[in-house]
Amino acid sequence: MKYVKFLVAFISTVALIYVLDRPLGPAPALGRFLSPFTGFWQNAESTSGFKDQAFNMDGLKDKVEVIYDERLVPHIFAQNDEDLFFMQGYVTAANRLWQMEIQTHNAAGRVSEIVGEKALENDRLQRRIGLGFGAERAEEFIDNDPDSKAILSAYCNGINAYIKSLSPKDYPLEYKLLGYAPEPWTPIKVALLLKNMSNMLSVFEFDVENTNFIAIYGEEAFKYLYKDLDDFNEYIIPKGTKWDFEADTSFVKATAAKSIIRKMTVGSKDQAPYESYNRVLEKPDDITGSNNWAVSGVKTKSGLPLLCNDPHLQLNLPSIWYEMHLVAPGINVYGATLPGAPCVISGFNDSIAWGVTNAGRDVRDWFKIQFRDDSFNEYLVDGKWEKAKKRVETIGIKNNRPYLDTVIYTRYGPVVFDPTFKKASSKSLLSLKWTAHLPSNEFKTFFMLNKGKNYDDYRTALKNYVCPAQNFVFASRSNDIAIVEQGTFPNVAEEVVDGAASSNDWSAFIPAEHNPSHKNPERGFVSSANQFPVDETYPYPVSKVGVYENFRSIRINKMLVEKDKIDANYMKQMHSDNYNVFAEMLVPTIVRIAESSGKFSEHTAMINSLKNWNLRNDAALKEPVFFELWSTELMDLLWDEMADPNLPMKRPNSYLTANFLKNDSSSIFYDNLQTGEREDRTSIVLQSFSRAVSKLSEQYGSLDKIPDWGTHKATFIHHLAKLDPLSKLNVYCGGNRGIINATSATHGPSWKMVVDFGESKAYCVYPGGESGNPGSKFYDNMIDTWAKGQYYTVELSNDINKVSAKALYKSTFNKK
Amino acid sequence: MKLLINIFLNMVFAAIFQLFLPWWSIALVAFIIGYFNTQNAFQAFVAGFVAVSILWGGYAFFLDHANEQILSSKIAQLFTLSSGYTLILITAVVGGLVAGLAALSGKLVKAIL
Repeated sequence: MKYVKFLVAFISTVALIYVLDRPLGPAPALGRFLSPFTGFWQNAESTSGFKDQAFNMDGLKDKVEVIYDERLVPHIFAQNDEDLFFMQGYVTAANRLWQMEIQTHNAAGRVSEIVGEKALENDRLQRRIGLGFGAERAEEFIDNDPDSKAILSAYCNGINAYIKSLSPKDYPLEYKLLGYAPEPWTPIKVALLLKNMSNMLSVFEFDVENTNFIAIYGEEAFKYLYKDLDDFNEYIIPKGTKWDFEADTSFVKATAAKSIIRKMTVGSKDQAPYESYNRVLEKPDDITGSNNWAVSGVKTKSGLPLLCNDPHLQLNLPSIWYEMHLVAPGINVYGATLPGAPCVISGFNDSIAWGVTNAGRDVRDWFKIQFRDDSFNEYLVDGKWEKAKKRVETIGIKNNRPYLDTVIYTRYGPVVFDPTFKKASSKSLLSLKWTAHLPSNEFKTFFMLNKGKNYDDYRTALKNYVCPAQNFVFASRSNDIAIVEQGTFPNVAEEVVDGAASSNDWSAFIPAEHNPSHKNPERGFVSSANQFPVDETYPYPVSKVGVYENFRSIRINKMLVEKDKIDANYMKQMHSDNYNVFAEMLVPTIVRIAESSGKFSEHTAMINSLKNWNLRNDAALKEPVFFELWSTELMDLLWDEMADPNLPMKRPNSYLTANFLKNDSSSIFYDNLQTGEREDRTSIVLQSFSRAVSKLSEQYGSLDKIPDWGTHKATFIHHLAKLDPLSKLNVYCGGNRGIINATSATHGPSWKMVVDFGESKAYCVYPGGESGNPGSKFYDNMIDTWAKGQYYTVELSNDINKVSAKALYKSTFNKK
Repeated sequence: MKLLINIFLNMVFAAIFQLFLPWWSIALVAFIIGYFNTQNAFQAFVAGFVAVSILWGGYAFFLDHANEQILSSKIAQLFTLSSGYTLILITAVVGGLVAGLAALSGKLVKAIL
């Protein structure tokens, strides 16, 4: 009996420990997780009682002081560049380790290692588009530049010094939730982060979509819908600006000579030209967008320039940006950094300021490849069989054997889709060539900008920048303003090209000094908001089919032209401007049609309110709710031709749509393919109105209960692992796509910055917080300020005593 | 009195052990103290249970309080619990159960040897 009693007690104890020490399905190992000595309670940071700290640190050449201010923004004071970037790595890791690692794991196609098989398809895609391939080439390239290499290794060493200092109880919360541990940081991860940005920002070509559209509707319709309807004039480089260079004619010839592959005869729908797989590469109709502008001293109150930037991205927690101040002899820079990569990306120093918006230019080509047989070992080039390379990707999967994925590479690049991936037919395989695959060293641009003193430094810095192409706005204390669309632009085609002729390969690049640029224009400002860059006099071909967004630039330029003696407050007001140019273009047409139909007498109030609407997407208004639903339904009904999941085609963007609806009442595109009848503009507008009304009634019970726009839109900022309790839901704010304040439900200004050289001040905010720890009060503390359109004031002082006066606490790192 | 001494010893050693060893070291401590326990089996269990419940629950409460419940309220939602206090209670009970059962095992093994 004694034995039985003991055994029962003992076995229960062991069994309990066993169960509590193992993950239960998606839940973490509860014993470890709940123990206040090792588990999540350790991540419950104290909200007060911050104390100064001192460390002895291997790898430093000299003393470094890090002063955390009242928002936990680190101000790093070092005695040399290497210590500075070492400490940038260390401090970033101390606040954002999990985020930096999961983002690089995502770029590298390694998420399955952490979450198991459910991430496999995405991991395969990330690898098959060649992000790792590109990162490896970039790493090699950086390796050959001693200065960059030194900074990059210092940065990585700093991150690793932090990782090494951790015991499991110190791991960020997400490691404990998902049950894994951080791994050492390497230069390839920095390269991967940049490639990840390229994958977000430089994928907006529509070669397959255009080819499909032309095959079905013909070149006339293509030209009409995507080009002729475009009466847009607010280019980045203002219309009529003279170009002060002669174009490289070989580029123009080479582009014109590219041979296009269209698989089928016009009008036939029996053979799909290029199949559904390209739907996997998600591309929006309109980019969510980013804004930047600089106002010259001739137009400002102070007589010195103002510069603004608000890059719009998917809103996430922890935020994509980490605010920092980096000081060492020869460098004193402040701004938004990308956790996991050295330097400041959008920011300012005491002499210059700069900011970025996405250029969105076509920097990819898809080459149709004719393989000899289904072994895919050889493919045809210039009448000869050329050997394909095969790259085997080993994808680790949690609790499973690794998945081996063979990716075929031609001379152009990876064959992203093949019979093993998304069931691409072996008869229509395409090879992807992309500037993100080129060897490049983008972060050298940022390093040089961080130290830059004037316009020449800025132009020299930009020369190193390849991908993703950006509009770099610039202002200097010496009263220069400028904008340059910078990136490497090869002679791409806007349709699928024939890979069997080597002459179709990229053979020319637009020289960097011929990229669209503008310095100190007469109108006193430069600006960009993801619009098309140049008028028709630009001597290089640029495809107009893209995700260019025209509304914001119209509004920004109008607001800048209208006002003189501009100050920082006006800049802030512009950032929060909710005026809807799309509505301005669309509402008169659709309201007139709805009214004259006489069909909606019960909805007169609603139609009247739209008629009298001030066209602003303010949070407290109801009209934007109805406009958004109506216009969305309208676009869906109108462009049903492009919605076939098996036949990817691009919908014309909102600007073209508004013009189409205004100018054309009888196009074949009004016809809804799902119905037997022939629809026209009136019937489409009326149908979409009815649909919007019934959707709203369904969602809110009755039309009287429609909430205001801020409540309806309910902007949410998701945690990167999509865990709601760690996210910020229902952030009340106005705006939307196509509006300067382009805050939609999921996207918005991810960093807002106003730099005022007159006041020697900057105003910054972003929707998150400096800490990546959901258990910190600095995790999401700036969101309310951001949602209200308010800012934090930043003084650019490299005086350690001044910064110390605002310190929350100070960490001193002595060399060992 | 003996019970209190046992609880106290258990708490102190469990706290020290956990600074260096994994979470389940609470079971080792409770087992050894249970082995030397001169009271009955039930009291041995109670000593282990109460000691680590107070230790885990108390420490969790302390951290939670300093954190103004920022994290516990989020973790509670993740596990669909009503509040951070429920999480403290669960923490205390889980730690207590492991230590209590281990202390009981320690007490019972002595009866065999």
